[in-house]
Amino acid sequence: MSKTQPKNKKWDVSDIQKWGPGRHELGATIPESGNADDYETGGWRSERPIRDREKCNDCMICYFACPDSSIRVENDKLVDIDLDHCKGCGICAAVCPRDAIEMINEIKACKLEEK
Amino acid sequence: MARKAITGNGAIALALKQVEPDVMAAYPITPQTEIAQNYAQFVADGAVKTEYIPVESEHSAMSAAIGSCAAGARTITATSSQGFALMWEMLFIAASLRLPLTMPVITRALSGPINIHCDHSDSMGGRDCGWIQLYGEDGQEGYDNAIQAFRIAEHMDVRLPVMTMIDGFIISGAIGPVETLPDAEVKKFVGDYTALNPLLNVENPVTIGAFDSLGGWYFEHKVAQNRAMENAMKVIEEVGAEYGKLSGRAYSHFKTHQIEDAEIVLVAIGSAAGNVKTMVDTLRAEGKKVGMLKVRTFRPFPYEQIRAALSGAKVIGVMDRSDSYGAQGGPLFTEISAAMFGGDTRPKMFNFIYGLGGRDIFPDDIRGAVETLEQAAAGEQVSQTRHYLNVREG
Repeated sequence: MSKTQPKNKKWDVSDIQKWGPGRHELGATIPESGNADDYETGGWRSERPIRDREKCNDCMICYFACPDSSIRVENDKLVDIDLDHCKGCGICAAVCPRDAIEMINEIKACKLEEK
Repeated sequence: MARKAITGNGAIALALKQVEPDVMAAYPITPQTEIAQNYAQFVADGAVKTEYIPVESEHSAMSAAIGSCAAGARTITATSSQGFALMWEMLFIAASLRLPLTMPVITRALSGPINIHCDHSDSMGGRDCGWIQLYGEDGQEGYDNAIQAFRIAEHMDVRLPVMTMIDGFIISGAIGPVETLPDAEVKKFVGDYTALNPLLNVENPVTIGAFDSLGGWYFEHKVAQNRAMENAMKVIEEVGAEYGKLSGRAYSHFKTHQIEDAEIVLVAIGSAAGNVKTMVDTLRAEGKKVGMLKVRTFRPFPYEQIRAALSGAKVIGVMDRSDSYGAQGGPLFTEISAAMFGGDTRPKMFNFIYGLGGRDIFPDDIRGAVETLEQAAAGEQVSQTRHYLNVREG
């Protein structure tokens, strides 16, 4: 029977931009779990969700509906939206029973931020 | 050690049974069918503990094999011709994921016209998919290569899939003598399999097959694959030598016959090497300085060793059982030519394409090829580089 190889190391990728062929895991395997968080995909977004704190009653429907786990919750309260991973799909805005989330153009949102 | 009268397919199925991998995922196709069928029988009889996955196509066979191997199981499949072609995209995935699958390929022509008989169009077409390729001449070599493939594929300096070829029908369906090893000896030789980063190791979850976008490391991974191929060059020899101690049949990248003082050398691969060897002996008895080199390892291609072995030849005739349409010659011809170009002396090179779609090759065809090479050796002008043996030119 085949054996499995136990392995538990912290994958240090701090200088991965410099890595040559010999330093990668064979077959481009990612040798640990839970690192999707390190991969910032929010740059794909063309629309940004903006939440109205006054209308929101922290019902958490958007939290369960978000396909990218980008609704951040602490102590049963919606604290903010993780824009490093939100891709602007708009599901949160669509499911919100109080119309507390509005999708606005990402470029406009960036300009508003600058102001 | 037992000596059996057995078909090429039967010998390979027996080798696989003796190794007893964890999983086989295969779809029957002529002329490989006997392997898929025999192995399914071993499973049904309880002779092996292997999990058999009867899939609905060869694309699924290779996909299932990849999934199984990635999960951590020692995994095999087997195929021929159109089935090989249907596996095509998955062959690259298996190699690039560095999964040590092994697969006997029973070589057969690719359609069309529809043809089920032997040539090397299938495996030669897949020569750049990243798999190690070993070609056998007969059932014995098919058996021996199928066993050694596990050690080569699973070596930590390699970790690449290995395909082992025998010629469809000519070898796969013909009964011949094969010396087999005891089951325990085979199991001891291949040893236990240790999966690297297996998906089913819940203690250490991993991601296999992730996207590598622009600015990523695709290029570095491709270079790593090629370095593993370079490593395989040494590992194939080491495993072949160790297998020799066990069985009395040592293997290297190629075999030579009567080559030391040969002015004319024929290079062959697969079952035709036997015919060529016999004709070399006949021609030697006639006083002609003819020799033969039989290629076993085609990927990685042992260009340095072959160049050294052929350095004394004046004229080389390379025999290809597949064509490369629009190229200067068949796949073996272009490899041998490229190998010889790097040497100090450049022999004259000719290509003899034969046996497409199972067309027979006769001793006189080989004699005719040698006569062409003799003309070139005597300084006469030979108009063509590429010749077709036993083709109708009406």
